Amino acid sequence: MSGNSTYEPKTPFTRWLDARLPIVRLGWDSFVDFPTPRNLNYWYTFGGILSVCLMVQIITGIVLAMHYVPNIDYAFASVQRIDRDVNYGWLIRSIHAVGASMFFLAVYMHIFRGLYYGSYKAPREILWILGVVIYLLMMAAAFLGYVLPWGQMSFWGAMVITNLFGALPLIGEPVTQWLWGGFTVGNETLNRFFSLHYLIPFLIAGVVVLHIWALHVPGNNNPTGISVKTSADTLPFHPYYTVKDGFAIVVFLLIFAGFVFYAPDVLGHADNYIEANPLVTPAMIVPEWYLLPFYAILRAVPDKLGGVILMFAAIGVLFVLPWLDTSKVRSMRYRPMARWFFGFFVVSCLGLGWAGAELPDTLVPVLGAIGVDFLLLGRVLTIYYFAYFLVILPVLGFVEKPTPRPASIEESVLYGDKPAKSGSGAGAVPAAQPAE
Amino acid sequence: MNKLSKLLAVAAVTVMVAAPAIGAGYYRSPEPYDWSFEGPFGEYDRQAVQRGFQVYQQVCSACHGLKHLAFRHLGQEGGPFETVMVDGVEQSYANPNDNPVIAAIAAEYLISDIDDIGETIERPGRPSDMFPYPFANEAQARAANGGAYPPDLSIIVRARHYGADYIRSLLMGYDEEPPADLDIRAGSYYNPYMPGMVIAMAPQLWDGMVEYADGTEATTEQMATDVTHFLAWASNPHMEARKRMGLMVMIYLFGLAVLLYASYRKVWSRVKH
Ligand code: HEC
Ligand code: HEM
Repeated sequence: MSGNSTYEPKTPFTRWLDARLPIVRLGWDSFVDFPTPRNLNYWYTFGGILSVCLMVQIITGIVLAMHYVPNIDYAFASVQRIDRDVNYGWLIRSIHAVGASMFFLAVYMHIFRGLYYGSYKAPREILWILGVVIYLLMMAAAFLGYVLPWGQMSFWGAMVITNLFGALPLIGEPVTQWLWGGFTVGNETLNRFFSLHYLIPFLIAGVVVLHIWALHVPGNNNPTGISVKTSADTLPFHPYYTVKDGFAIVVFLLIFAGFVFYAPDVLGHADNYIEANPLVTPAMIVPEWYLLPFYAILRAVPDKLGGVILMFAAIGVLFVLPWLDTSKVRSMRYRPMARWFFGFFVVSCLGLGWAGAELPDTLVPVLGAIGVDFLLLGRVLTIYYFAYFLVILPVLGFVEKPTPRPASIEESVLYGDKPAKSGSGAGAVPAAQPAE
Repeated sequence: MNKLSKLLAVAAVTVMVAAPAIGAGYYRSPEPYDWSFEGPFGEYDRQAVQRGFQVYQQVCSACHGLKHLAFRHLGQEGGPFETVMVDGVEQSYANPNDNPVIAAIAAEYLISDIDDIGETIERPGRPSDMFPYPFANEAQARAANGGAYPPDLSIIVRARHYGADYIRSLLMGYDEEPPADLDIRAGSYYNPYMPGMVIAMAPQLWDGMVEYADGTEATTEQMATDVTHFLAWASNPHMEARKRMGLMVMIYLFGLAVLLYASYRKVWSRVKH
């Protein structure tokens, strides 16, 4: 939306509307004629996929809320009624529960994409920060939603997480009781969690609007990280990216449907089909898979308060990332050292997830032979997680020599990713083009 | 903070930090069994579910409830009595409340109710009634079972790791000598499949204890398999409908993906990329 709109209302009504509320123009400029870099790959389809995920969660969630009873005596049974007696209730619930996992799968792809192509750098800092806000809200929504079916993991997960606030000095106890609405996790807690679980997705929808607004000011980044220079670098969003996103969305839905119809329980935990019982602690309390890396970071610190601080810092560090990475080059395609560190970063996130799922003193397969248990693994990977943001990215900008980049997006499309040897007139790019 | 919540908080944090120490044990993975309901096209074996229901009624229902199930569920689509023989003709009923076999099963139970002058009464069950709980309350259930609580079986297959394989192995897993270092108190039994390897449920199945309506020989293994099959249905009553719809959805989405891919190729053939 750089001011030069190409929308032309064709009927008297649209002309009348356009002079009063130019909403069709907004849609046209944002999703039809929006100039989009011509070299976006499939990693760029996850934004559209995420919008679909949010809509799916809201629609299935509203239907579930018509049948769900937020009371500790009836919640579990009401979920069973949804599964057994509500028409297609089993389908709606399965979509909602699997949908939460698919939402996180997509958001992780989306975030790693941004980390690799340097999408958090100027001029997209606000866009990135809004994304991190959405991610935080998603985690809150998913945690609150997981409490609603009032199974053993719901109850004990809520107990563990709310108790983390008890680690705060002085205000710990009042804050925890304020969250609970009583002296333990109980009916008041369930009621407020339901209310907030209903609210947060709409907050997410609001932040998504800001996120897309902040996207449409500087425009998309792209796999080369090079800024759009001329109109030859772009294509109109429609039909080029509507069709590409559409294809990716349907492939994603195929995987989604595979879980919904053939393995609705594999992503969840069996214990959550046991009704909550405050007197019986499960042998192992684990969060859903998408929160496991943070659980591993929490447990990596022997001190409870320290663990809580580190866990929140793991997300907090993402907010300041745009100012931690000192490299002038956006895309890691042209950053021979950074891409290795990035690869290890992805592996360490997966490893943290694994460590979060296992008991801390279980020996790690293979590495167990030299005495490495999951606690140690979690600690080492936690250190790497923070080092990546706080040491590696700040230092690399000074020591790394980027490889030569093409002069423009158009050139990278027409002549490949190396700078043109001759003919295109561009030649090798000076090593320090600002922020590309 | 009151005492209970403090206790819970401590317990939660202990489990979080020290979970390894408790409950782990080296209990055995269940023996895998080739269930007819596994796989993308798997279905329940109606005969096995019917036999399993008989085992539940005659054995397990003395201690275990089935509180999320009503009698009518037995006659709904995908249930064991969806089609029944009436006067030698196979019949099916769109409304399970009209199903005479379901009505007969329900009528065998006494359900407590309040009549129209407010008296508490016991009346024969109807298809719409939920399965009655064998005890007056949890305290009575524990008192009758040496302090242990027999869990509700409505969703037991979904509520245990390894699902049906675990339940079947557990029911058959009593015939071994406990290891010398395991302390088995009176009222407890060694069962290598149970986490912790000690269970408060005595062995329940003995060869020939049930006389199957369809004449199948009631060995311990047969009964364990059948009752597990029944419990698998009870935990996932819409599984067959789910898989059937899944097939249509997958075919539809796959076709749509092919069409969209073709459009994508066509649209992008106009520009170099
Ligand atoms: C005499 C009462 C009694 C009968 C009859 C009985 N059970 Fe149990 N059952 C128990 C008790 C008590 C427990 C709790 C054991 C424990 O927690 O250690 C239990 C536990 C179980 C469990 C849960 C084990 C676990 O993983 O926690 C299953 C499954 C089970 N019974 C299945 C059955 C089936 C199937 C039958 C019928 C064949 C049956 N029971 C018959 C008393 C009984
Ligand atoms: C950001 C989007 C959302 C996410 C990530 C999310 C996540 C979850 C999760 C993980 C569960 C537990 C599922 C289970 O195991 O049963 C759940 C349950 C539930 N959610 Fe959501 N949800 C979202 C949006 C919504 C919305 C918009 C509503 C209502 C308007 C809603 C209503 C419910 C209800 C009623 C339940 C309890 C029933 C059940 O357990 O299936 N959700 N949610």
